[in-house]
Amino acid sequence: MTEMLLAIVLGAAFGATLDRIGATNPGYIIRMLNLTETHLMKTIFTGIGVASVLLFGGLLLGVVDPGHLSVKSAYAGVFIGGLLLGAGFAVAGYCPGTGLTALATGRKDALFFAIGGLCGAAAYMVSYEDFAGSAMLADIAGGKTTLGLIEGAGYPALFESLSGEILGIAVGVVFIAIGLLLPHRLTGKPRSIAAE
Amino acid sequence: MILSPRNGGILLGVVFFAAVLLVKPIGVSTQFVILDGMIWDLFAPEVVVVDETAKSGYASPNAYLDKSGGSYAKNVANPLNYSFVFVIAMMAGALVSALLRGGVGREERTMPAVWRANFGDSPAKRYAAVFVAGFIVLFGARLAGGCTSGHMMSGMMQTALSGYVFAAGAFLAAIPVALILFRKEA
Repeated sequence: MTEMLLAIVLGAAFGATLDRIGATNPGYIIRMLNLTETHLMKTIFTGIGVASVLLFGGLLLGVVDPGHLSVKSAYAGVFIGGLLLGAGFAVAGYCPGTGLTALATGRKDALFFAIGGLCGAAAYMVSYEDFAGSAMLADIAGGKTTLGLIEGAGYPALFESLSGEILGIAVGVVFIAIGLLLPHRLTGKPRSIAAE
Repeated sequence: MILSPRNGGILLGVVFFAAVLLVKPIGVSTQFVILDGMIWDLFAPEVVVVDETAKSGYASPNAYLDKSGGSYAKNVANPLNYSFVFVIAMMAGALVSALLRGGVGREERTMPAVWRANFGDSPAKRYAAVFVAGFIVLFGARLAGGCTSGHMMSGMMQTALSGYVFAAGAFLAAIPVALILFRKEA
């Protein structure tokens, strides 16, 4: 029952946050990807950085249970799937989470994204047998690997001699710095006027 | 109103941290599979069955729903689980936030201004493109084992190698595609 309450509170907080950072608006996502407005990119870098610093700080202080970590496997399909997701992400301006929240805010194109998404997930579901056991899904670099060794989490590390917690905080600080310092647009040209 | 990158980033980071502190990292794309499974199960009840020998207590003739000891099959059979309720609550939270800031304008509801500037204002064209994009996005997310929330945000925050691999793939495709498609600014 507590878990259901947490699902509702955390889910609602996440959805409201996505809306308030502009992620439910595909315009912000597209302008991030065509590099004309980095508002959302700066937000995402800052967000990952803040989460990382809090998480690894919390682990060092013993506030966070390392058992709550959940590291996913690295395999070739992660990269290929990333390429596919990226291409669709750019066309639509939606990813799975922002597509659903955009739909909730009343965007009709997001409904078509979600239906397309259900079909795409179903297509993977029925074709999974062909992928299972293939090199595409074979673990690389130990699979569920983190950069440094995280105490008590039980995951292999890329750099075993380095403290995963300290490395995590350092990476987090770098992400925050990128988030704060990135210029507001990355294409050099001034705002162009559409000409036919 | 839209938050500044600094304030929005702090809020986003705190939410992702709170999720790990209290339960587990945030992820969304798996729930598309769970909803697919629920719809499939409506028409073909044999797709999810109780199986005492399976680790989760459920099994499926579909290899994907059956993987990891039938854990997806179990969630299809019991949709009131944490991850599914989280996604429903996520949508409700976004709706409330959008209503509080005055909602989405009528023009914007069919397509974003930047799309209109580049491809005209045909809703059918936008809907068709977005349907195909949704298909590719979710197929890709399932192949990758996660999406922008699970791999990029949750993964990179844990310094997971898979998170960096995913983000590299996603942006390597997304930025060129967006640069080619969206040359005109709104």
